[in-house]
Amino acid sequence: MSDTTERQRAIIDAESRPVLPRFVKLQHDKGRDRWVLLAPERILTPDEIAVAVLRLCDGERSVGNIASELAEEYDAPAGQILADIIELVQNLADKGYLKS
Amino acid sequence: MNVQEKQAVDDVICAVAPEGLLAELTHRCPLQCPYCSNPLEMDRVNQELTTEQWIDVFKQAADMGILQIHLSGGEPTLRRDLVEIVSNASSFGLYLNLITSGVLLTREGTKALADAGLGHVQISIQDSDPGNANRIAAYKNGFEKKLQLAEWVREFDMSLTVNAPIHRQNIENVENIIDLAVKMGADRLEVAQVQYYGWAFVNRAALMPTYEQAVWAQKVAEKARERLKGIMAMDIVVPDYYAKTPKPCMGGWGRRFLNVTPSGKVLPCHAAETIKGLEFDNVKERKLLDIWMDSDAFNKFRGTDWMAEPCRSCELKEIDFGGCRCQAFAFTGDARNTDPACGKSSLHGQIVELAKSEAAEPPPPFVYRRLKGKQPASSP
Repeated sequence: MSDTTERQRAIIDAESRPVLPRFVKLQHDKGRDRWVLLAPERILTPDEIAVAVLRLCDGERSVGNIASELAEEYDAPAGQILADIIELVQNLADKGYLKS
Repeated sequence: MNVQEKQAVDDVICAVAPEGLLAELTHRCPLQCPYCSNPLEMDRVNQELTTEQWIDVFKQAADMGILQIHLSGGEPTLRRDLVEIVSNASSFGLYLNLITSGVLLTREGTKALADAGLGHVQISIQDSDPGNANRIAAYKNGFEKKLQLAEWVREFDMSLTVNAPIHRQNIENVENIIDLAVKMGADRLEVAQVQYYGWAFVNRAALMPTYEQAVWAQKVAEKARERLKGIMAMDIVVPDYYAKTPKPCMGGWGRRFLNVTPSGKVLPCHAAETIKGLEFDNVKERKLLDIWMDSDAFNKFRGTDWMAEPCRSCELKEIDFGGCRCQAFAFTGDARNTDPACGKSSLHGQIVELAKSEAAEPPPPFVYRRLKGKQPASSP
């Protein structure tokens, strides 16, 4: 068993390199034509932009990289996108659906 | 951008197809927990569905849009074909949870399940105190084996949930139980006050905490959840009898989940057989989708048209669906009535008093969950 003090909350910033844990799956739900994030006892329904972010969470790209890629693709201000992505990734990391 | 959790998923979608299936692979179990949610009348081994039948059920489930399978029991690891079932179900794109007592798996067996595509393991714990935990489960060294399995689950990179049923015989340890789950490496902990169905209904007086204990434990758990944010997620199940509003049982009858028993009966919830007068179809005779869409048992309490007052005019009727049908039946003899856990039920005062008076007396001996055989006169 691990010591309680060893486990800490991951704080997400532009340098974090998020990745889906093995036990969380981003999957297309054919029957309902939507994307779902399948996690223990949870089914999450990410919107289009959240799906775009999640597909780039490969453990290689940093949050900063992801923000610039999406800023270009969606022709949106990079600063705002970065803040939104940090919020999203932090939220998912807090629930254990992303790790970094 | 946002990510909605399933609680907020569009109602129309849910009415069409369920998202989760609870598969009770067997009712056999080495543990004898007195709050087991299995029915008192359990399926025997020779009634259990075969490997091929279970695989077919999961194929049908995937085809009709079910996303998650909860492999439960009894103790699902007693099925020798579990790896075969898991690898097939996984190949259909289903997300698999194993709900286990954790006392039977070996390291090799755990690895085989991970390799077959299992993503998530839920281990029950009875208490943070090993002696008391093993007494409650009536199983020697169970506590130690569960801790060992938790390590293997982490080793093979599966998600770990610890489920801790809380009742008067472990409630004082709730803080230690939460700490234990953190030490076990759990990603998620369910601190679940016992729900009084099945064996727990029989053992209610031996399990019911006082109102003060329940409120205290709730506060401890809520504080811990705040402290453990980002470290371990916590789901807290409040004690039904002391609540003011009922839980949205199963997310609504025939709305999100279905349950397949070891012998293949398809139920809207695992306790549904306690409601007299309902007939349940079997996967041996009818397709799963057909049962879900058209069977009498599923349509009986679907939506809100079946409701009587005070549910019918209640503004929460689409939120909690009148609570639990089984509990309504158990107390009123009519499953259409409001769950007495609801403050608007005329019986609510009675169940609160019942709970308080049972909790005020010394606990009677447990009636252990057994397929057959003599019940002990006192606890071991």
